[in-house]
Amino acid sequence: MPIVFIPAAMKELTAGAAEIRVGGSTVREAVAELEAAYPGIRDWLFEDNRLKPNIAVAVDGVVSPIGLLQHVDENSEVHFVAAISGG
Amino acid sequence: MSEQSYEPNMVLSTKEFDVVGKRPLRHDGVDKVTGRAIYGADVSMAGLMHGAVLRSPHAHARIKSIDTSKAEAHPEVRAVVTSTDFVDPGDKAVDLGEGLTRLSYIRNNVLALDKVLYRGHAVAAVAAASLHDALEALKLIEVEYDLLPPVLTAPDAMKEDAPLLHENLRMTEFGRPTDKVSNVSDHFRHEKGDIEQGFAEADLIVEREFDTSTVHQGYIEPHNTTALWNNDDRIHIWTSTQGPFTIRDTTAAILDKPVSQVRVTPTEIGGGFGGKIPVYIDPVAALLSNKSGHPVKIVMSRAEVLEGTGPTPGSHLKIKMGVKSDGTMMAAQAWLAYEAGAYPGAMVVPGGMCVFAAYDIPNVTIDGYDVVVNKPSTAAYRAPGATNAAFATESVVNEIAEKLGIDPLDLRLKNASKEGTRRADGPKFPRIGCLEVIEAMKNHPHYSAPLEGPNRGRGVAVGFWFNAGLPSACNIAVNPDGTITLVEGSPDIGGTRTSVAMQAAEVLGLPAEKVSPSVVDTDSVGFTAVTGGSRVTFSTGLAAIEAARDVREQMIQRAAKIWGVESDGVEFRKGVFHLKNGTENRMTFSELAAQIATTGDPIVGRAGVNPPGVGGSFSGNIVDVEVDPETGKVTILRFTAFQDAGKAIHPSYVEGQMQGGSVQGIGWALNEEYFMNAEGKMMNSSLLDYRMPTSLDLPMIDTVIIEVANPGHPFGARGVGEANIVPPPAALANAINNAVGVAMNRLPMNPVAVMGAIWEKNGATD
Amino acid sequence: MPRRVHVQTTINGEEIDFLCEARQSLLEVLRDVLGLTGTKEGCNDGNCGACTVIFDGRIVTACLVLAVEAEGKQITTVEGIAVGRELHSIQQCFLEGAALQCGICTPGFIVAAKALLDQDNNPSEDKIRLWLANNLCRCTGYDKIVRSVQAAAERMQEVR
Repeated sequence: MPIVFIPAAMKELTAGAAEIRVGGSTVREAVAELEAAYPGIRDWLFEDNRLKPNIAVAVDGVVSPIGLLQHVDENSEVHFVAAISGG
Repeated sequence: MSEQSYEPNMVLSTKEFDVVGKRPLRHDGVDKVTGRAIYGADVSMAGLMHGAVLRSPHAHARIKSIDTSKAEAHPEVRAVVTSTDFVDPGDKAVDLGEGLTRLSYIRNNVLALDKVLYRGHAVAAVAAASLHDALEALKLIEVEYDLLPPVLTAPDAMKEDAPLLHENLRMTEFGRPTDKVSNVSDHFRHEKGDIEQGFAEADLIVEREFDTSTVHQGYIEPHNTTALWNNDDRIHIWTSTQGPFTIRDTTAAILDKPVSQVRVTPTEIGGGFGGKIPVYIDPVAALLSNKSGHPVKIVMSRAEVLEGTGPTPGSHLKIKMGVKSDGTMMAAQAWLAYEAGAYPGAMVVPGGMCVFAAYDIPNVTIDGYDVVVNKPSTAAYRAPGATNAAFATESVVNEIAEKLGIDPLDLRLKNASKEGTRRADGPKFPRIGCLEVIEAMKNHPHYSAPLEGPNRGRGVAVGFWFNAGLPSACNIAVNPDGTITLVEGSPDIGGTRTSVAMQAAEVLGLPAEKVSPSVVDTDSVGFTAVTGGSRVTFSTGLAAIEAARDVREQMIQRAAKIWGVESDGVEFRKGVFHLKNGTENRMTFSELAAQIATTGDPIVGRAGVNPPGVGGSFSGNIVDVEVDPETGKVTILRFTAFQDAGKAIHPSYVEGQMQGGSVQGIGWALNEEYFMNAEGKMMNSSLLDYRMPTSLDLPMIDTVIIEVANPGHPFGARGVGEANIVPPPAALANAINNAVGVAMNRLPMNPVAVMGAIWEKNGATD
Repeated sequence: MPRRVHVQTTINGEEIDFLCEARQSLLEVLRDVLGLTGTKEGCNDGNCGACTVIFDGRIVTACLVLAVEAEGKQITTVEGIAVGRELHSIQQCFLEGAALQCGICTPGFIVAAKALLDQDNNPSEDKIRLWLANNLCRCTGYDKIVRSVQAAAERMQEVR
């Protein structure tokens, strides 16, 4: 089961848990499972039913260009990080 | 999508390609040395009117009224516009590729609605038969202001009783909205490990505060645009921009039109560095064109560029680091407040991601604050946010090295981030070249060269930037003479037509000269994100590789058809198609290209990519200076820049990026600043007084390219456009300290600042 | 419409007549009246050097010269540096030496370098840096520009 890393500022939503194993084969499915267990996660990540534009998904350290559709497997690390581009 | 064929942390400098790594002449070169290249301000067409923009003389004021009647009565004036000519965007938020932004902020920055938030804020615009007429007419526009107190620095703006720029701006904290009305639009935090425990285990703790001034990207070509709002309601814009699709999408959003109604042709562009991503005058020229029925051109003056377009944030930073006596870093804490200027969006988020990126530290806390102040709305500038942060962190690291008596590069080597190091914001680093850059610095003859003479010192620092991937598109057509035309959507600011063309050439076994690359308008190529984030050679390069592979496959099929075999019976090597059945049958690319028209359909390759395998880039500097103890002037004696390029596709232009970025960093370090008076007026809004480095201020800038292959790119390329600006301020502060024994904690380190520090050290009371 | 002045001058070896307003700069007339847009505007106050032209043998910034002052003068712009289809050595060396990135400052540098090498065919690095100090470049850090001027000086000596 993939591991979702919860940023420090959001740990109040997960009763202090920093790393949570969830099911799902895509980031979207993983987030749905998280939301079921810890209501409020979705509001923090989503806007209009999609990921907020200033948030990016990194799976195993690589920022995914397809975000919620990104495939995750058994040992994937999922992080929600700031979306940046540069000058 | 990309082939991953390299060993971990293999240094590729000995790997030979046929085209990649060579130095062909750039395809647009002749036009640019003869004056024939058409930049935005060179655009001309029948019936062209000239626009000019009225700007606020005040840093903070409410607009009571705008009376344009006298300007409209001027005989040569064709149109006058103000913010009320735009559709009211309400609370709508738009994603224009730089995160979610309230459309009203962009619209109100383009033309102020009810308040002006900085001196230079656009208020109204006119179009007239000549620029002189337009400038005359501006003087006839009467604006009544109610002055408000300006707030000019992040620490001032964060005070409880500070004047508010936006009465309805509520702070976002840790990713969630709050009810707090504030000049702080966002407060974020990254945490890793246990910061208290980390400091408790440290033998030495160093804590320092730093300030950096607002600086401008300083491109030599002012912003410009020409807009034609045609009779069929379609809008065509010719402009110098890093992002034609960004201009299209933003202009369409502001004008409340579908994107298909706006077409943007990117002209040649005279520098950008992040500053030519935002929209300023394009929607204004479009409105003027609509009202006048003429095409309208607006070209900013230099003062307008400095006072009215995005500089990059000034900042106030606190860094605290704890180490064991052997140099092992145990804990690090950062507090970063960046000045966004008039509207939210300071580059503090990437600053927070870069501030400790070079080091593997178990316990980290980073707090970032995005603070609005009465200065121009800030924009990206080459590794945005990272230079400010590195000035602070690297200065503290150098102080730790000095206090522990450890060589500063050894201290860095001991703690350097590497593949698998967990960043403070969570993810682990992929393959990076931090160690390799520091090792190259340590082994370079510059580092061990004797430095003799009074008031001379040597400094070092490193820097990092993530780089970006983002979408790029590319089409390639095969010509009967054996050449290919390559169409892309990335404006070429520093030789990227060639670095992109070389990658297609490598795939097809052609010399770079047989590729004819063109940068085309938004109706003529698929969506392509900005020329920024060091992404064009990586991402548009990948699109070119994919499109070339598409061409290669179609050519193999065509050869198979001609030879009457299945396509797996054909092999392509170094520009030649071979029949695999042992016969001598072969066709060169040119021979096959000549037969395309008579053997089937035209051959056109296409690709759209949004690549994930972005390779971040580390950089470093060794710099020698001499400080004049009588004047405080710093003279650079020797400068060596190091950077991990992955594979350097065109080494000359990699060196050029490193040299240019280094010198921008030098200017930021030693001279450049927005010198504001108490009323928020920039007192140095000319290139005489906003003092960028000249040829006379500098030595040659030596470069060392380190090539740690990026596994996310077939040839191993990383982006090289940005990380090079990051280390110079800290390296120069370190060198000045080693020369005259003063710790510099404020940018710029101009003669006034250095002299002040010397007097303070010598105990002078005045 | 303001009254216009008739000016006769020589630009890039050709005798040229133009009409201009008294308030118009030489830069405006080159670009907007004569279509010689190779001369660039970066600041319009003499500080960036992008509009450098040779004016009766001296380099000037065209933004600080009134167009009416061109009467009877010999002016060379970037469009007059190449001889026919043959690039000047300075232009060729800028290409080979990758001395341009965005290219907006390039015309000014090439014109200024031409004026330098016309009077000194073997300038020191210091002299090149001093001579070019009124031309701002924000992309290159000047390294490759200075080297390309040095290379052009060598090549011009070989030709002689």
